[in-house]
Amino acid sequence: MAFLEIQGLAKTYRGRDGRPFTVFEDISFAIAKGEFVCIIGHSGCGKTTILNVLAGLDEASAGVVVMDNREVAGPSLDRGVVFQGHALMPWLTVMKNIAFAVKSRWPDWNRTQVTLHCQKYIGLVGLTGSEHNKPCELSGGMKQRVGIARAFAIQPKMLLLDEPFGALDALTRGNIQDELLTICAATRQTVFMITHDVDESILLADKILLMSNGPGAVIAEVVENTLPRPRDRHSIHHDPQYYRIRNHLVDFLVNRSKLYQTGELPRPAAPQVVRPGVEPAARNAEQRGSAGRAVANIVHFRH
Amino acid sequence: MSGTDSLRAAMLSLAFLLVLLGIWHVGTLPKEQAASANDEYAKLMGKGAVKTTGFPTPAQMGETARKHLTDPFYDKGPNDKGIGIQLAHSLGRVGAGFLLAALLAIPLGFVIGMSPLVYRALDPFIQVLKPISPLAWMPLALYTIKDSSVSGVFVIFICSVWPMLINTAFGVAAVRRDWLNVAKTLEVRPLRKALQVILPAAAPTIMTGMRISMGIAWLVIVAAEMLVGGTGIGYFVWNEWNNLSLTNVIFAILVIGLVGMLLDLMFGRLQKLVTYVE
Repeated sequence: MAFLEIQGLAKTYRGRDGRPFTVFEDISFAIAKGEFVCIIGHSGCGKTTILNVLAGLDEASAGVVVMDNREVAGPSLDRGVVFQGHALMPWLTVMKNIAFAVKSRWPDWNRTQVTLHCQKYIGLVGLTGSEHNKPCELSGGMKQRVGIARAFAIQPKMLLLDEPFGALDALTRGNIQDELLTICAATRQTVFMITHDVDESILLADKILLMSNGPGAVIAEVVENTLPRPRDRHSIHHDPQYYRIRNHLVDFLVNRSKLYQTGELPRPAAPQVVRPGVEPAARNAEQRGSAGRAVANIVHFRH
Repeated sequence: MSGTDSLRAAMLSLAFLLVLLGIWHVGTLPKEQAASANDEYAKLMGKGAVKTTGFPTPAQMGETARKHLTDPFYDKGPNDKGIGIQLAHSLGRVGAGFLLAALLAIPLGFVIGMSPLVYRALDPFIQVLKPISPLAWMPLALYTIKDSSVSGVFVIFICSVWPMLINTAFGVAAVRRDWLNVAKTLEVRPLRKALQVILPAAAPTIMTGMRISMGIAWLVIVAAEMLVGGTGIGYFVWNEWNNLSLTNVIFAILVIGLVGMLLDLMFGRLQKLVTYVE
């Protein structure tokens, strides 16, 4: 069994007219330990709800989430969350914001232990020197770094990132992506991340989940990122493979993501595993339908 | 720039004050009275040929203020106590009533703010009780408590409880979902969550409620003490009115204003202390 196993997840609201309204259904995927998984889809497909279910902040209408052989029920220190809007407490300094999390994780630690531990993670995100600033004195990028440091500092088994760089300008975003890449490589952290940025997902992820449009969204494809690590933001786009993956993702978002809703593309019983540019057979098979699933299964067994 | 601006404002304030004092002085100048048939009567009444308006002049006010301020704590029996003692009585009542109100309103406000059910259940009571003039409670308080001084404290309690209760509930209910989610994912225990997340997050709103309450309490104490008598600045005003000593009444009015301002300044400082910038 994989480290994180999600089976048959669905979220249904009762609409105003009393009829149920399904945001997403039949969401099943797995994440191996140390794997970096991104999920991409248009707004409204329920990405954030999935992440909140994994975090234990929301409940699914159906399905189970199992992490490390235990069912996820409610929030836990095992899963660190980096929120979309950094969610720092504005009345606390950088150090105290992180210390709040560290003290929650290790309530028995004395002050020196807590400070040293915080200092280490502040250094990791490059904020040494700003420990005693309040969030309002920091730029947007720095705030998000504190959010990342806070999540890493509790050393969770898994990290959940809800579109953490969405509000940042391109330059800052690039820098923090680099740092995230370095930290993840060093800590072998298991990560599940929501993003809207195709390039970001190719830079960071091992696997990219593509969601069809909601309501009734499903995970249509699992794209395996075949670009070798370590990856460098400045040279990665010179790899011809980069564009094969990128084109595949953009094609999906622009053309195919809406076809599952109208029925023009059949809803897959299980998401198809795709490796753009590497296995032309898989790509052709995918378009033929059922045969693709066989190939997909073979690929699936490999990890 | 702001330095010279505040200097200018201070100069202008001073000018206003001087103009005001000038008008006051001119308005209360004794008038030469034409000789009349009433001269004899006036003499009999102990009044000279000079008629005054009866309203004190600024100079008389200054003299009274000097007397009060040089000896604020004398005590010559129940109807003649220094202004300091009277103020201390009033501040003591306000302090006790306010503190009791805070002890009830802030925890209860927390509960109301966190539970929509409790909020809805208590809302009708709050809506009915809030607009009642605190002095309307006085007869009931006097009858049940049977002590005029404690009744004063009760009146302060009842008037300062509402702004604190409503602001606390509102502040607690409006704590950003994100911060609560952070606390949830960190498995923070309820008490720690209340003290280290919700309290600091809602503190500016709670402090605003306390500041409003203090303002109202200081307004109400004067009226309450006029009603129950005995001691306090309100009683002092009423007593001096009965003595027809307008200088003392005016002096007391100024003192009430000054103390009210100082109390507000104090809460303003506290408010600044707990305010955060998002």
